[in-house]
Amino acid sequence: MESHFGTEAVAHLRQRSLRATAVNLIGPLTMLAGVVWAFVQPYRLTFLHPHGQGFWWLFAEPPLYVILVGLVFAVSLAPALIHDLEEEEDAAEG
Amino acid sequence: MLPKAEFVHWWFATGFLILGLLLLAEALVGEAAWRRRPWRVYLWPSFLFAMGVLMWPVMVFYTNSTIHMLAHGSWAQAMMLAGAAELGLARGKLHSPYWRLTTAGAFLVSAAAILLHEQNGWFYARAAFLHHILGWTFIVGAAFPLIRAFRPGSVAVRTGLALVFVVTAVFLYSDRDSASIFGHISPLAGAQHR
Repeated sequence: MESHFGTEAVAHLRQRSLRATAVNLIGPLTMLAGVVWAFVQPYRLTFLHPHGQGFWWLFAEPPLYVILVGLVFAVSLAPALIHDLEEEEDAAEG
Repeated sequence: MLPKAEFVHWWFATGFLILGLLLLAEALVGEAAWRRRPWRVYLWPSFLFAMGVLMWPVMVFYTNSTIHMLAHGSWAQAMMLAGAAELGLARGKLHSPYWRLTTAGAFLVSAAAILLHEQNGWFYARAAFLHHILGWTFIVGAAFPLIRAFRPGSVAVRTGLALVFVVTAVFLYSDRDSASIFGHISPLAGAQHR
């Protein structure tokens, strides 16, 4: 019985850490996608060659937008969400 | 000086990316954990509503033709209705889960608007290709909000919905008039603008 409960607890912990890890990875993976994109298509970052570019061309930097979205998610949303996920699972365990 | 249409597409792509990530996070943690902080419940519905509101200036300032105006206007209304219904459900003012069908409706209206206002074939130009692929993505993707109205707890359906938004963001970011590939494919499309 003990080993059964032990196995169940380990499986539960693994499940929890998987979900938390997945949420934790959303931000960094999004940022990574933006960085990879910037390297693959550097010409989409007009601030790298700003001469002769108008305001809108300098304002529209799609790879930076992607990096920014990932950063904001990782910093402002993910930590509280993971905290709440763990509390929710602790409460469910009773 | 108005920004070019492709810039607006990139800004909306960013909005769809944010929507997708929020929905993906909600699908991963489950509704109970997501609802632990009240502000979080309103996050993506209000974002969807705001995107609908922002579609109005697009309608006003990017009226290339009547059909463009109708497409952008119907889009704005559908997105606002879906956002408002989801906000009502989040707040508890609306109770019937079938209000979620407004999101499926928004998908279908958006798909129709995209497909109908693109009058060229798939391989006419990059923009035409993107319009067709976006429209069909929304038609197929409408299955997710449709099923979500009947099975709101399904992780697969929620994840699918989130990924439709992420894919939409990728397509919108791809809209680039000066692209070296998939530029103006048909000789009838004329010279590149830049």
